[in-house]
Amino acid sequence: MLIREADPEVVQDVSPSREIVDFHGRDLLGMEDLTATDICAILDSAASFKEISEREIKKVPTLRGKTIINLFFEPSTRTRTSFEIAGKRLSADVINISVSTSSLSKGETLRDTADNLAAMRADVLVVRHSAAGVPHMLARFSPSPVINAGDGAHEHPTQALLDLYTIREKLDTLEGRRVVIVGDIANSRVARSNIIGMRKLGMEVDVCAPRTMIPVGMESWGVDYHSDLDAVLPDADVVMMLRIQRERHGDVLFPSLQEYSERYCLTSDRMRRAKPEILVMHPGPMNRGVEIAPEVADGLESVILQQVTNGVAVRMALLYLIIGSGAN
Amino acid sequence: MSLLIRGGRVVDPSQGLDRHVDMWIAEGKIAALGADLEAPKSDSPPRVLEVSGCVVAPGFMDMHTHLREPGFEYKETIATGLAAAAAGGFTAVVAMANTLPVNDTLAVTELMVRRAATAGGTRLYPVGAVSVGLAGTELAEIGGMQRAGIVALSDDGVPVMNARLMRRAMEYGHMLGLPVLSHCEDRGLSHGGVMHEGTVSAALGLPGIPAAAENVMVYRDIQLAAMTGAHVHIQHVSTAEAVDLVRRGKDQGVRVTAEACPHHFTLTDEAVRQYDTNTKVNPPLRSAADVEAVKAGLKDGTIDVIASDHAPHHVSEKEQDYTAAPSGMVGLETSLGLSLQLVHGGDLSMPQWIAKQTLNPAQLLGLPHGTLEIGGVADITIFDPEREQVIEAGALHSRSSNSPFLGWTLRGTAVVTIVAGEVVFERL
Repeated sequence: MLIREADPEVVQDVSPSREIVDFHGRDLLGMEDLTATDICAILDSAASFKEISEREIKKVPTLRGKTIINLFFEPSTRTRTSFEIAGKRLSADVINISVSTSSLSKGETLRDTADNLAAMRADVLVVRHSAAGVPHMLARFSPSPVINAGDGAHEHPTQALLDLYTIREKLDTLEGRRVVIVGDIANSRVARSNIIGMRKLGMEVDVCAPRTMIPVGMESWGVDYHSDLDAVLPDADVVMMLRIQRERHGDVLFPSLQEYSERYCLTSDRMRRAKPEILVMHPGPMNRGVEIAPEVADGLESVILQQVTNGVAVRMALLYLIIGSGAN
Repeated sequence: MSLLIRGGRVVDPSQGLDRHVDMWIAEGKIAALGADLEAPKSDSPPRVLEVSGCVVAPGFMDMHTHLREPGFEYKETIATGLAAAAAGGFTAVVAMANTLPVNDTLAVTELMVRRAATAGGTRLYPVGAVSVGLAGTELAEIGGMQRAGIVALSDDGVPVMNARLMRRAMEYGHMLGLPVLSHCEDRGLSHGGVMHEGTVSAALGLPGIPAAAENVMVYRDIQLAAMTGAHVHIQHVSTAEAVDLVRRGKDQGVRVTAEACPHHFTLTDEAVRQYDTNTKVNPPLRSAADVEAVKAGLKDGTIDVIASDHAPHHVSEKEQDYTAAPSGMVGLETSLGLSLQLVHGGDLSMPQWIAKQTLNPAQLLGLPHGTLEIGGVADITIFDPEREQVIEAGALHSRSSNSPFLGWTLRGTAVVTIVAGEVVFERL
């Protein structure tokens, strides 16, 4: 069992994970690399960490003496803060490094960056970059494990894990549940990681967006495409809205925000078609009034803030599993 | 000094020759071909090369290279590029114009020719830019560059997006007997793409370059060649549809020729999965179906030439992220070994393959090479089709080692490269 070898003060109430999975020293680069068993083990572990954040003193000594480096090549508030809080609640030293990609292009290569951080004896690198594959490249060069905190339009595995955790917490089971993901699928690492994880756990996934936001080659993902949100909403157990940007790298994907909102904004009107127990999710940051109406974002079905809370627990669990001295 | 090449299999598609004969080279020319040749007694004793098991062919020509000088000498110089060419079995290379400054004036062409003469060894034939600064707006100083030695026109690397300018380049080039070599890519469609658009790009989250970005421009350029009567040569064909468009253009009598690169018929987009930036190349590595179509095009003669698109980049440039890293891979020292697999695999006969490295590029550029006729200039490539070569960064003669084939063992390697009767490289 994963957790019990840790400091007994840390966790009192642990539900045993189904199988022993050893994450110690492993990279977490994408949901692609995890099995269904791995995913369940992480979610089980996160459950036991959630309680720490509810305490008066939100700190345990589990990762004392460990150094976590948040290496962010792309601006991020939510994910970086979530990792920072997760590390600090486990008593690790957390260093935030924001690298503007322009200074990197002045000469330092990814290998230089990895070598320098290794020379400072970082225990784990948490990496965010606007280009897909950077965590993979750093992992090749770096002696310490790498956690992908979002790479371009590729993967954002900790977001998918916290989303799965939130769904499981609310609906108890995941297998057979139907999720509709709405928005720019082609450019979304959140969508990619969630789709991979959800399919591995036997969930059904529909994607819904203008055709311009669907990647060529999606056929192999095992998801169904729908252009009409109203048609797909009634069957959904979960609806996940993605942040919308009209323009991506000079590529205009739809005529106007107004036209997008008419077809795809999750409004209270549309919500009448949904099951009453549907979960409304959003990875943030939201464009209120564009992809989601304010009253829906703040409505009873919304679990958006619980996603954020659970994000800390999931990241605590991952840090513990990957660099905790008792975790192996 | 004269050379006597003994025991090899001499293959020369220009004469339909494929026989075990000896070759005598004197005064830089092919003096005799025949069984059991002896050098005349009066001559100073020739150097004898025993090459049993090897193939003796006309000098291989690589009609698509980037030698980076002037301007990017940290990636490659003319001297290191020509040394890499000689080591790869090439007696002549055709160098693209995207240097700094761009080869768009007589002065730059002259500099390249002079540097190549100083370096010696493999011959260099420069290509002149279609447009000033590769900017795609006005024609470069084409006539002047021709006087200094350019053999073709190309804005390779930066496609000529303006169809009217491309038409004018073809008309002007046609008048001067210069083919236009076209890098076919619709920049609007390929915008921001870094790999082939398909299931692999979708899985990796990397922006894709659809096959159509190449196809629409191949069609445009064939139309322009049909309209102007000019000779257009389609560079690095990578898609099934582009192969088919060239095939149809030839059937219709358009003066269109085409080349394929070893990486495009050896690797698919699956090679990108580990985000190895050495797999980043433009046009990108395509699907398995495209690879098969390129091979079929080589087999039925639609694709006339094999060319390396040798594109050296410094290791620090390739150690950036996949989207930031520059496109291109070195190829001069892997091209022969990789493309010989087409012969080993039964896709091409030995003479068919050799023609695509010798006679065909020489003919379409109007150069006096690609033949072993008696009295002709003795540019000779000798390779051992069975000898294995391990591709290692440290062993490459190029200044750069950005190759996805590092660590590969290739069956077949160049063993002697002869330019104008002089041995410029050997690993006998």
